[in-house]
Amino acid sequence: MTEDDLDRNRRHFLSVATAVTGAAGAGLVAVPFLSSLKPSARAQALGAPVEVPIGSIQPGEMIRVLWRGRLVFVLRRSEEMLSRLDENLDVLRDPDSAVIEQQPEYAANDTRSVRREYLIVEGSCTHLGCAPLEDFDVRPAEGWGGGFFCPCHGSRFDLAGRVHKGVPAPTNLRVPPHRFVRDDLILIGQDTGAA
Amino acid sequence: MARIEAEVGKPKGGFMRWIDDRFPFTETMKYHATEYYASKNFNVWYVFGVLAFVVLFIQLFTGIFLTMNYKPAAAEAFASVEYIMRDVEWGWLIRYMHSTGASFFFIVVYLHMFRAMLYGSYKKPRELIWIIGMLIFLVLMAEAFAGYLLPWGQMSYWGAQVIISLFGAIPWVGDALVEIIRGDYSISDITLNRFFALHVIALPLALIGLIFVHIVALHEVGSNNPDGIEIKKNKGPDGVPLDGVAFHPYHTSKDLVAIIIFLMIFCGVVFFAPDMGGYFLEHANFEPANMTATPEHIAPVWYFTPFYAILRAVPDKLWGFILFGLSVMLPLFLPWLDRARVKSIRYRGWIYKSALTLFVITFFVLGKLGTMPAEPLYVMIARIFSVFYFAFFLLMPYYTTIDKTKPVPERVVYHD
Repeated sequence: MTEDDLDRNRRHFLSVATAVTGAAGAGLVAVPFLSSLKPSARAQALGAPVEVPIGSIQPGEMIRVLWRGRLVFVLRRSEEMLSRLDENLDVLRDPDSAVIEQQPEYAANDTRSVRREYLIVEGSCTHLGCAPLEDFDVRPAEGWGGGFFCPCHGSRFDLAGRVHKGVPAPTNLRVPPHRFVRDDLILIGQDTGAA
Repeated sequence: MARIEAEVGKPKGGFMRWIDDRFPFTETMKYHATEYYASKNFNVWYVFGVLAFVVLFIQLFTGIFLTMNYKPAAAEAFASVEYIMRDVEWGWLIRYMHSTGASFFFIVVYLHMFRAMLYGSYKKPRELIWIIGMLIFLVLMAEAFAGYLLPWGQMSYWGAQVIISLFGAIPWVGDALVEIIRGDYSISDITLNRFFALHVIALPLALIGLIFVHIVALHEVGSNNPDGIEIKKNKGPDGVPLDGVAFHPYHTSKDLVAIIIFLMIFCGVVFFAPDMGGYFLEHANFEPANMTATPEHIAPVWYFTPFYAILRAVPDKLWGFILFGLSVMLPLFLPWLDRARVKSIRYRGWIYKSALTLFVITFFVLGKLGTMPAEPLYVMIARIFSVFYFAFFLLMPYYTTIDKTKPVPERVVYHD
């Protein structure tokens, strides 16, 4: 075969077709490998909702539970604590829970809770995921009405998990999906259907 | 053409001839060692490439032995490290060599990179060597980060939590990306297992591959030197650069001295200060990971703290992530940011000398601040020095243009 016999269009078409088929094949092969990186069936099963008995929590007390390996705070707020929620709203970045991803619809209210007393939030700072420390004392001189303080980068949240202005955390603490099964039992991780 | 040269250089007969007819052994040795000519005026800054090789070897070797006793599972990892430290014969030595080696890897690599900034080693025609070097640095950071999770201590866990959460700052895909990195809804056994795979297989392979390419690219263009002169421009009648001496045996014997001194210092740390006052091994990491409580004060290991200080200095999550990433990536662009006509600091003016001095101070100050708690005063100082850090790179096209340079001599200067 000489140079003149060469069908360049045909050769070009074959090269491109081979490359495209190869790339498509590589893309398809990537699917199982990338999918294997996602949470496995077992991880999803272990991420199932958890039941938390709350009958023994006294007003002003907080317990810590793990759901999906994540820390969740369950705080039973006293009337005195609840009364503080309306004060100093101007130090908060999002007092009205306008960022909708941070709580289910039923917790987008002035106490960020289903029942006024019980605050249920993920104990994971919305900045970089450290566990905030509880600091429920009131120190008016510092403009502190009680809440949560993140030791890593200094973010502050109030007693409804609402973020203060001027701290690195961009949003309020996340309220996980949850519901009350009985007065003394909550289910974290699921908010519909029977328990 | 290369074939004919190779034919000339081959031994006439015997075992080596048999090998060389089947594998280019003699040719490769000549090309990369006995007939690779590097400038004769190398100073102490030129030993850190070889020392990086030494540390790499220490890490690979000790790493293999640690893998034989370590268990990459959340329930067993912390205890298996304690087991290595207490029950495995000489296990403590192997583990301290590995943990000290990690810090020394960064010391040596930072000095190696600083050398390039002193003598303009990243400038044309060595841009690609520099870029590959920066990729090596990125892989090394990933390797160190993945390795730090393995002991499953408090700092392992919460350090990983903070750094992985960083990726959550990326708009739209952030949360999904974080879930793919962790493989779970939180950092768990699954995360530990995959970080182990990355730390012992994927990243070391990438590292070795990139180092190979780094050396091939270096030997194609030839090494720079403290005068920043291209020694290939002045060749003798035999085609050998007049200012060059063969890498082996001349440079290798000098490197051997450096290796011995390096190992003396390395052993000193391994035996007498393996935790280096909390800088090489952080004290919080002597407690097993606890998902319900973040340590009072968390900081990454010293080699990440300059960048971490920049991250903390930014009061916004997304911008913090962007500037953090930028601070790591900016040196990659040095070959194009630096507009000076000369390479070496010996022939540069006072502006670049001052800028580089300020940059070194900035790097140390940020490094120190990154280890301190996030108090307002420290954050404010970190903001000022973050500005210096970025200014060094972003203003470089301007100040290297106006800086007065001195004439560069024809031949390298060496002091006898």
